[in-house]
Amino acid sequence: MIRVALPANLQTLAGTGRFVELEVGAPVTQRAVLDALEGAYPMLRGTIRDQTTKKRRPMLRFFACEEDWSDAGIDDPLPEDVAAGKEPLLIIGAIAGG
Amino acid sequence: MSKVRLLVGTHKGAFILNSDGTRKKWEVTGPHFTGWDVYHVKASPVDPDRLYASQSRGWFGQVVQRSDDGGKTWTAAGNEFKYEGAINNHKWYDNSDHPYAFLRVWHLEPSLTDADTVLAGVEDAALFKSTDAGASWQELDGLRHHPTAPTWAPGAGGLCLHTIIQDPTNANRIVTAISSAGAFRTDDGGTTWKAINKGLRSNYIPDEDAEVGHCVHHIAMHPSRPNVLYMQKHWDVLRSNDGGDQWTEVSGNLPTDFGFVIDVHAHEPETIYVVPIKSDSDHFVPDGKLRVYRSKTGGDDWEALTKGLPQENCYVNVLRDSMSVDNLDPCGIYFGTTAGEVYGSADGGDSWTTIVRDLPAVLSVEAQTLS
Repeated sequence: MIRVALPANLQTLAGTGRFVELEVGAPVTQRAVLDALEGAYPMLRGTIRDQTTKKRRPMLRFFACEEDWSDAGIDDPLPEDVAAGKEPLLIIGAIAGG
Repeated sequence: MSKVRLLVGTHKGAFILNSDGTRKKWEVTGPHFTGWDVYHVKASPVDPDRLYASQSRGWFGQVVQRSDDGGKTWTAAGNEFKYEGAINNHKWYDNSDHPYAFLRVWHLEPSLTDADTVLAGVEDAALFKSTDAGASWQELDGLRHHPTAPTWAPGAGGLCLHTIIQDPTNANRIVTAISSAGAFRTDDGGTTWKAINKGLRSNYIPDEDAEVGHCVHHIAMHPSRPNVLYMQKHWDVLRSNDGGDQWTEVSGNLPTDFGFVIDVHAHEPETIYVVPIKSDSDHFVPDGKLRVYRSKTGGDDWEALTKGLPQENCYVNVLRDSMSVDNLDPCGIYFGTTAGEVYGSADGGDSWTTIVRDLPAVLSVEAQTLS
């Protein structure tokens, strides 16, 4: 199972805790994980990426295994530890204000 | 006995306030959609338990919520707002061309005849319609393709379509207002639109009585007289007796004619309410006093309503969608402030009580009268 960490506002929207677990077939990519996430939690459609272009919303970042994957290709394979469920894919809201 | 329900949108969620017809004690529930901007919540006049809410956040974009049980539970509806056809430009603050891009829903206006049909006014300025209870949205793109649209420029809050008024006697007539383009009317259900800004004068544009470019803050109508419209503009309070074809200033003896809200008494179509704000640079009430002003003559002659409202050290604003009336007799008037108070009057404005205080900044208030 893939683990994804959601920012607080999306946890309240989806009614989840910080982490959700998803079944994602290989290859495990940003697109595959987000497709599975939006399939399991349709209320998240449009809140992480544009529904048509699939482009990441500008104030969100994707981190995994202590690296920033935000600007990686959406069809690039994510790290093996994410695919193996050992490490989560972190969806992070930019720190803004305060 | 009748009940009143207030739907309150704030910068950090929505709240629902319930009272019986005496309007003395209020139960407050919420926050719903914690941490999100809730620009507007409004109920269907056909099915009072059908509510629509606009939930947004800069990080995460737009969500539309729907409730079928008066706000006890909510379901995320569709949130894809795609402009129809070619994307045109509007003007940016520096007068450069800027492509239209969807940002958020400012106002939701449920149909007068069908609980599953709802209009949405959005930023960048456009009008969308759903006929499936918010599951999908289609732009009524005639407005965004108005010949003047490439000249529209945003106000401080953005290029937003914030006011939608449906004519109860003519399903094809809708009046909208856009900051800072002006007022527009369709008489064919949204296919074509006419700028209705004659009589408006705005000294912050090069031609002060231009066809468009006016920062209309809000428009109100009494359902018994759909041709009479009342407007709070950036500066100036105005009225029209012909559906917006011609406007006349009725600011009269107001201490300042800048403001955001304007509303009409439920049973007296010539009784209107505004909350004067000091100026466009000081977005708070003048003299540290929170005063609602009432005109019983459709404008020009105004009286201050102060009983029960703070009259010293008050520096709040009341935003454009933050006033509403119920249909009881006497008519109830409600408004919310940027400091998080919601005030109510159960006697047409003669006296006021604090219904709730210390909420997040209030963005909108809608009153429902329930049997």
